[in-house]
Amino acid sequence: MLDIKDRIFTNLYGADTWNLDAAKKRGDWDGTKEIIAKGRDWIVEEMKASGMRGRGGAGFPTGLKWSFMPKNDDGKPRYLVVNADEGEPGTCKDRDIIRNDPHKLVEGCLLAGVGLGATAGYIYIRGEFHNEANILDAAIQEAYDAGLLGKNACGAGYDFDLYLHRGAGAYICGEETALIESLEGKKGQPRLKPPFPAMAGLYGRPTTVNNVETIAAAPTILRRGAAWFSSFGRENNAGTKLFCISGHVNTPCNVEESMGITLKELIERHAGGVRGGWDNLLAVIPGGSSTPVLPKHICDTAIMDFDGLREHQSGLGTAAVIVMDKSTDIVKAFARLSYFYMHESCGQCTPCREGFGWVYRVMQRMVTGDARIEEIDMLQQVTKEIEGHTICAHGDGGSWPIQGMIRHFRPELERRIQERLAAARAA
Amino acid sequence: MSGIEIAPDHLQPSSFAFTEENLAKAKSTIAKYPERKQQSAVMPLLDLAQRQNGGWVPRAAIEYIADMLEMPSIRVWEVATFYTMYFLAPKGKTKVHVCTTTPCWLRGSDDVVKACKESLGIGMGETTSDGAFSLHEVECAGACVNAPVVQINDDYYEDLNYESTKRLLEAFKAGEPPKPGPLSERRGSEPAKA
Repeated sequence: MLDIKDRIFTNLYGADTWNLDAAKKRGDWDGTKEIIAKGRDWIVEEMKASGMRGRGGAGFPTGLKWSFMPKNDDGKPRYLVVNADEGEPGTCKDRDIIRNDPHKLVEGCLLAGVGLGATAGYIYIRGEFHNEANILDAAIQEAYDAGLLGKNACGAGYDFDLYLHRGAGAYICGEETALIESLEGKKGQPRLKPPFPAMAGLYGRPTTVNNVETIAAAPTILRRGAAWFSSFGRENNAGTKLFCISGHVNTPCNVEESMGITLKELIERHAGGVRGGWDNLLAVIPGGSSTPVLPKHICDTAIMDFDGLREHQSGLGTAAVIVMDKSTDIVKAFARLSYFYMHESCGQCTPCREGFGWVYRVMQRMVTGDARIEEIDMLQQVTKEIEGHTICAHGDGGSWPIQGMIRHFRPELERRIQERLAAARAA
Repeated sequence: MSGIEIAPDHLQPSSFAFTEENLAKAKSTIAKYPERKQQSAVMPLLDLAQRQNGGWVPRAAIEYIADMLEMPSIRVWEVATFYTMYFLAPKGKTKVHVCTTTPCWLRGSDDVVKACKESLGIGMGETTSDGAFSLHEVECAGACVNAPVVQINDDYYEDLNYESTKRLLEAFKAGEPPKPGPLSERRGSEPAKA
């Protein structure tokens, strides 16, 4: 269990105000100039040593990602892009950072910018977060007014500009290259990788895209040191993490905890436990809707970190924990998720565009058992044709939930089909 | 994506131009992007045009923006039809967006939908005959620990149930909308007190 003194996001629930004075009292913008003076290489090495892995779902080692930016400076623009397009079902942590602790993000942008050798940063926030965007905009303005951003930011001799850009409703813009396309003023359709953004990103320039939580944690990591951050959690799974606990718990909430906490402790200590008690648990989706579901017997012992969930053929993802108790119509729950993936397809590649429509239509029939038993295997097969054969990970993200459902709840699918057949025979 | 509703000719204004205030906003928006990269401003400008035009983007605004940003108008059409927050036909003055994605569904979004339909007397995707309200189903709104949620114009209302949704819409009808946020005891995403 994480000690209060070890929490990074000390205003997660907005008990305090977000503005610069209050943020400074909470420790933000303390010694930023001195950190910048340690230089780009120090910043990158410290992030590597901290063990921080991307908090946006993919968990790629952050320091390593930052080191991919070209070493040589050709004097032309290079960009930090912050992914605030929070849209993975179950996930609502970046919203709290933005509206309650925006200066952590703003300071993080500057420090990451130095680490990347970036000349400017763009924060891409989902269009629906209108009020949150206004707060973030105001926080950026406060930083400019106080000389913390812009020319000679913090008096450290580094020029860095930061801009906010609002999206307009498209989950796929959370994919880093679709986000870049959208920032450039186009449809949010992902690009093929390679080339990766560090080679050719925003406006074709070297760019690194990071999640809000990853960037907002950076100042604290750089201030307190890599050793402090890596003291939490297991090897290769270091640090603290914001967990979003939703669904059939008694007190759904966001909470910052140590990586490596068990799923059971997380739910019982912070979310008031499963509705009706732990034994009323049916299943948990551990890391946002794209991560495969865990049935109760796995939830009994599951550890909430990247490796712990990989062991169970799932993933930590965004650490958005969606809890389902025994009252849940599990097939309907996944049918609705498959609708989501169909709706959010950008349409570019055939396996996703056509595949998810097909998957959804079959899932609708699976809800009422209006299917043949062989169609369960067919459903699995089709998701395997989508997964790994698309331009971006949306194909994978929409396939995994269905595979998890079939892996752990096939008997329920079969039961509905048999029941409907029996009823038809009896009629 | 495809199948998006576009207002018929008789509802389309013959021309569109930003007000002086909005023109100034447009210029400062364009200035956020590097020189010759003004196409980046197409999304914020479409939003600005939508707000100026009572909640929907007319054809004339698409042409106007294309002109201003020196883009072929088809490129603006692509953006205007790709993103779900742009409406190309008039909807209700107050748009009610209900999230029905699985985390909200688990916490009772079906009841919220029922309350909305009963209170407004319309179905999903429809507008009340007086043009005051329209009802829309949306995908994950990103406030899942405060589910179920609705977004009404720019504001989120959270921790809803059937009764509180009905009260919420009555308040909007009376012209006295409550403060955005959870319509429960809590302030934000903290665990509710036992």
